[in-house]
Amino acid sequence: MCEYGTWQQVIPYTDRLNYVSPLINNVGYALAVEKLIGVQAPERCQYIRVIASELSRIADHLTNVAAGGLELGAFTAFLYFVEARELVWDLIEMLCGARVTANYVRIGGLKNDLPDGFQEKTKQVFARCRELWKDVDKLLTKNRIFIDRVKDVGNMPADEAIAYGFTGPCLRACGVPYDVRKSQPYLVYDRFDFEVPIGETGDNFDKYLVRMEEILQSMRIVEQAFQQLPSGPVNIDMPQFRWQSKDDIGSRIDSLIFHFKTVIEGIKPPPGEIYQAVEGGNGEVGFYLVSDGTGKPYKCRVRPPCFPLTAAMSRMMKGRLIADIVPTFDMINMIGGECDR
Amino acid sequence: MQASVTLKKLAERFPGAILETHSHRGDDTAVVKKESILEICTFLRNDESLLYNFMMDLTAVDYLGKDPRFEVVYHLFSLKHNMRVRIKARVPESDCSIDSIVLVWIGANWFEREVYDMYGITFNGHPEMRRILLYEEFEGHPLRKDYPLKKRQPLIGPIN
Repeated sequence: MCEYGTWQQVIPYTDRLNYVSPLINNVGYALAVEKLIGVQAPERCQYIRVIASELSRIADHLTNVAAGGLELGAFTAFLYFVEARELVWDLIEMLCGARVTANYVRIGGLKNDLPDGFQEKTKQVFARCRELWKDVDKLLTKNRIFIDRVKDVGNMPADEAIAYGFTGPCLRACGVPYDVRKSQPYLVYDRFDFEVPIGETGDNFDKYLVRMEEILQSMRIVEQAFQQLPSGPVNIDMPQFRWQSKDDIGSRIDSLIFHFKTVIEGIKPPPGEIYQAVEGGNGEVGFYLVSDGTGKPYKCRVRPPCFPLTAAMSRMMKGRLIADIVPTFDMINMIGGECDR
Repeated sequence: MQASVTLKKLAERFPGAILETHSHRGDDTAVVKKESILEICTFLRNDESLLYNFMMDLTAVDYLGKDPRFEVVYHLFSLKHNMRVRIKARVPESDCSIDSIVLVWIGANWFEREVYDMYGITFNGHPEMRRILLYEEFEGHPLRKDYPLKKRQPLIGPIN
């Protein structure tokens, strides 16, 4: 489907991949096209992309833990975390006008800069999220019923997890400290101080703990990003590749021309092929793009993190009970939009 | 441009099997003969200085009108050395098959089935070469460039 639209038109499709953390997919795709062109977005844009990605990651992990708890009967934990997620989604709505299908990032920039009062609002939301996090931590982490259902269920030895192609929280739960943000820092992730939590046995309890810790780490990243946030433009100064702002289109003839050119013909990255990976909610989201120099992608491939995870379900369930499928399937967090694309 | 460690190693070890290499935008790429894909993958995974233990992605590209028509693309990652490499093998339409690498990375299983489903490339030695996302009765392979974009194939009747 992506191969019949222009490069810009792919962005809304990426929202639907992992629809709980659409902004990370947006960012990943935009970075991939920028790598193909050979440009880098301005610094302020990169910081805002980090903030957007981490907010998405928080929402993703909150949803996963909430749903996981719910399906094991912990309805209160679900309600608490859904409240937290709603607050994070409020922030995302403030940022781009949509709660789920964000469509916020553009090639070479962003749809808009941060809205006024965003930082203060984030502060309030995080304060409440931390309260809710503590409540859920109390409700689940030492809860005998929860632990009985998840501990030593869905174990995975590290070497097998690697052979299966695990990435993200599920791989880290097996004790492998691989995080794209640390090992191949993209955007400005190398400027932040954050930890990569790892587990030991790779069972569902470890996956849960890793996600819980990552929520806190992501909040730290967002707070640091606000402190370091530079001023400046959010779009690159290359009108043939960027999305024109609506104000400019109405008042400047050159913007109007570029608007027509980039919308009708599409932007034209030079021929070539690239692979760009970002750390998504579930693991490594990779984009493999092939350009033939025209306005449409020749090939647009997404490496889905939960496809290999789902493939390993039968391995993790070998010799287990039917009831163990529920927590295991929850904790790999299979997202249909991303799994079958 | 200076060839990376991986590409150098490959060229030394398999002088006859490497058709071309490039490092466009820093992505090391090697196009290899499809007959030696299994041997090359095993080497890449086991060699001490490479240790590509992750098979991150496996897909195919349909270059309709070119011969060979398809390219099977492997993205590998080495955790120990923090390196990535892209291996490509060209597959002609007349002999639309390539050796399976499930024996090297078990995670390739579903990826190969997906490529078979979408492009109709068969993987020799695969334990279960069936469609994975589409149903058995589906006709054609939808990601081929000559598959009509708006073609609809309703699934009629219950699956037995």
